[in-house]
This record gives sequence, C-alpha cells and structure tokens, in this order.
Amino acid sequence: MGVFLTLVRRELGAAFNSLTGYVVVAITLLLAGFGLMDIVQRLNSDRTPSPIPEIFFADGIVFWLILILTTPVITMRTFAAEKALGTYEALMTTPVGEWQVVLAKFTGSLVFYLLSWSPLIGVLIVLRQVTQQPQLLDPWAMCGVLTGIACIGSTFLSIGVFASSLTRSQIIAAMTSLLIGIGMWTLSLRFSQADTTGDRLGRLMDHLSVTHHMQDFARGVIDGRALVFHLSVTFFFLFLTQRVIEMRRWK
Amino acid sequence: MIEVQNLTKRYPGRTAVDGISFTVGRGEVVGFLGPNGAGKSTTMRILSSFMPATSGTVRIAGYDVFHQPDEVRRRIGYMPENNPLHIDMRVRDYLKFRARLKGLGIGRSRQRVDRVIEQCGLKDVEKRIIGQLSKGYRQRVGLADALVHDPDLIILDEPTIGLDPHQLRSVRALIKELGRQHTVLLSTHILTEVEMTCSRVLILNQGRILAADRVEDLESRFSQDGRVVAEIDATPEAIREAFRDLPEVAALEIQAAAGAFQRVAFTPKSGQDLRPLVFEQVRQHDWSLRELTRPRLSLEDIFIQLTQKKKGGDL
Repeated sequence: MGVFLTLVRRELGAAFNSLTGYVVVAITLLLAGFGLMDIVQRLNSDRTPSPIPEIFFADGIVFWLILILTTPVITMRTFAAEKALGTYEALMTTPVGEWQVVLAKFTGSLVFYLLSWSPLIGVLIVLRQVTQQPQLLDPWAMCGVLTGIACIGSTFLSIGVFASSLTRSQIIAAMTSLLIGIGMWTLSLRFSQADTTGDRLGRLMDHLSVTHHMQDFARGVIDGRALVFHLSVTFFFLFLTQRVIEMRRWK
Repeated sequence: MIEVQNLTKRYPGRTAVDGISFTVGRGEVVGFLGPNGAGKSTTMRILSSFMPATSGTVRIAGYDVFHQPDEVRRRIGYMPENNPLHIDMRVRDYLKFRARLKGLGIGRSRQRVDRVIEQCGLKDVEKRIIGQLSKGYRQRVGLADALVHDPDLIILDEPTIGLDPHQLRSVRALIKELGRQHTVLLSTHILTEVEMTCSRVLILNQGRILAADRVEDLESRFSQDGRVVAEIDATPEAIREAFRDLPEVAALEIQAAAGAFQRVAFTPKSGQDLRPLVFEQVRQHDWSLRELTRPRLSLEDIFIQLTQKKKGGDL
C-alpha cells in the first residue's frame, strides 16, 4: 500500500509539474465556460427551462468535448513518457508489481481528471445563486452527474492508459485513445437516437451507449447496469495493460 | 555473486548476446569493456531482470533472475544507460521516492537517503530540481539511487559517459570507493577507465566474451613477446657487434634517436627478460644508457588486437 501511494503521488506530481497538466485544466475551463454561456442563454430564452445538469451533460456536447479531448492528454504520459525517458527501466527494475504500477498510473490519472472538473462545481453553485430556482439544480441530479463524470471518465482513462502502454510515443498514445473515444461517442449518438423499438441489436446498443448512460445520470438516475458496464470496461482495459507490461517484461 | 551460464539474447534478425558465461565473486569490481553494440547493455538489462534472456541462466546472490526476479531486484542497485531520472523532481524527493519503491520503510528510507546524499556529495544540491543540475551531479544522483537500498551488487551501465575531466575524476573516485563495500559491475568503452577502477575485465565484442582476466594479467599476456627497448649512446655497428654472439637475443632493430643515441629493440629467443643482459653489455662497453624498458601493450592495443583477430576469424 505504501508503495502504491508513493507511485500515485509521483503520477500527480508529474502531472502538475508538466505543461500538459495545465493545458488540460485550461481546456476544461474554457469549454466549461462555453457551456455556461449556453446555459445562461437557454435560461434566458426558455419559459420553462430544463434542469441545468440536463442542459449541460445530456443535451449539450460540452461534456463530451471535455471528456474526449482531455482524457487522452491526461493519460498519454503515463507509460509512453517514462519509456521514452528511460525512467521506465529504472521503475521496472525495482521490486514493484505490475498491478501496482498499472493501478497507480490509473488512479493518478483519475484523481487529476476529477480535480480538473472541480471548477465546475463552483460554476453550478454560482448558477444556483443567480437563478434562485432550486428545482433547476436538484441535489440528486448533481450526485448522478458526479457519478457519471467519474464512471465514464474511468472508462476513457483506462483506454488511454492502455494506449500509452503500447508505445513510447505520447502522440501515438494520445491519437489512439482519441480515436477510440470519438468512435465510442459517435456510435453511442447514432444508436441512442435510432428508433430501437423491438430491434434486439438496437436495444443492446442502446444499453451500451455512453450518451444514454450520461442522460440517465444527468436526470439523477443511477442505473446499476451502467455502473457495472463502466467498471467492467475499466477493469478490462487495465487488465490488458497489465498483460502488455508483463509480456514486455518476460517475452 | 553473479553466475552467468550460456546466456543468449536474440532480437528478431540479430543476436545481441551469444552464449556468454562468466562469474563475478563477492567484492570484485568488474568492468565490461566493448565497443558500442557489443552486448554490454543487453547483458546488464538481463542481469537486472529488466528483460528475459532467450536462453541460458543467470543467478544473482543465488537467486535466479527469471524465477525470483523480486529477490534479485532487492539485491541489485542498477543504473540504466544514460542515467534516466525524473528531471522535474528535487534531489532529496527523488531519492526518497526511489527508496520507497525499493521497499524501504519511511524511517529507514530517510536514514538511507541522508547516508547516500552524504556519500555521493549531494548535500549542496539536495533541494534543487534535478533538471537544473549539471551532468556530473546528475550522474551522482543516479549513483545515489543505485545505492539507496544498500544493495549487495551495483550494476552501472556507462556511468561516466559524457562527463568532463573533473567530473570524470570525481565519479571514478566514487565508484572506486563503492568497490570497497559492494560488488560492482560497470560497463564502459573507455579503456583507461577499466584500468583505473576495475580489478577484473571482461572484453565483449559482437555478443561474445573475447577475454576475461585480471587487468594486470591481461597486459602481460598480450605484451609484445618480452621485447625490450633501450636507448644507447653508441654507433649502430658497435651495438650489433656487442650483441651478435649472445644466444638469448633473437633479433634487434636499431633506429636513430635524438642526440647521438640509438633506439634499439631487442627480441628474446624464449620470452626471458633481457634487461639485465642489455645493461651488462652497456656497462662492459662503457656506453651511456638513457632508457631501458619493456614496453607493455595498453588495454587499447589489446582490444584492437583482439577485435582484429576476431575479424580475421581465427579466434
């Protein structure tokens, strides 16, 4: 446990000591700012506006832009940079386990990702103060939103960590996870909008649709199936990462 | 401490290490010498259990690097090629981080970090960011990292590459100091470095061991058949006359040297030391003598001889 925490601390240190860390925070703030403008406009024009979390996380694309753009940048460093610098060799010749390394790199990325979202909480509190309409910002919906950010984020981050373990080039790692992320998003959009009544494949795809999951979360519906789905995908990609590292170590 | 048997490493299309065997005893300082691409780094990576061998066995302190890698890793301080460090960290934080990774507890790691900072002369820079240090200091940070868990065996891959003469001297002195308490295996392609720091040398080329010997023995083994060189103040004819009938001298070459001196190279018939004989002749003829040596090949010459033989295919 001590070793694990030491590794997580190093991951966070590396993120905050690097320019890319601040680029991620800047992207998040900028896009969240655009999202806020969108919300303010809708609140002004609509007579009966939808609750804020739905505008921001379900209907708009701001959440998805932030997710798809920042997760590859956060995770690209994890393995690729260490390999390129050679510190990977120094790391793997110490008696640390592969799982410890994989989980620490993932946890570090997840913590940084959640921290980069934290200014948003401030934005929502400000909106609540200004609008004076508590029904627009239901606490349950907020819990759903936070769960959604963490769950869907985990999936995307685990894909990014996996991509980073495959290469020593950060650019290739980022591009790979960006492509997978965009692919997942567009497929999800396509299937959550399709008419899915009766069609088995369509219903299955609807269950797998990440945009559908987020719509539920934003309404404050925490669906167990979605939770299990994201935890499984996260574990699956971390498992693949561990296999890649083990294979490189012994083959 | 190290037992290597028939170690082979093949990459697709290339054999980096080709069936080498050697042992290193406890407390030895052994140098791996060879040109770039000879297989030094590959061998060291296998020894430190960073990557597996294609075939062959390696045991470190009795533990197999393939089957008990964590036991091996605990006992090795390894400094990889080019000394990779997290350049965004401060010296003390970095060493503490490494000590924790190597399984030291919080109290013990603080104690060991204090010790290695002192040992490697890092006291003045312990709060500075590694990326802002000179190469000499960074090299010392790398050495301190290798030492921090007090390992039995220290493996250093080209520890002095790219240092200026001052830094070279201090890093070499540090390595020599380490050799008093630890077993050290270091690689280099600088021959004088081996002569200065190592007790034994393994010469590697194209994945094979060309020679393995103590540094002094290697020199005498490859010395030029006991040739003796003298500078004598006499005419060439007189010198030839004086040594003609001596059965011990097989051949002599004379070259004019500065002043009235002649530089004479004697080759003995059967490897014996001709120096007393030469001196005796000079004394009898009442000549003056300003040099009398048995030139020895430097490691550099030995290395060139060995690698050329290798190219000729007769070794």
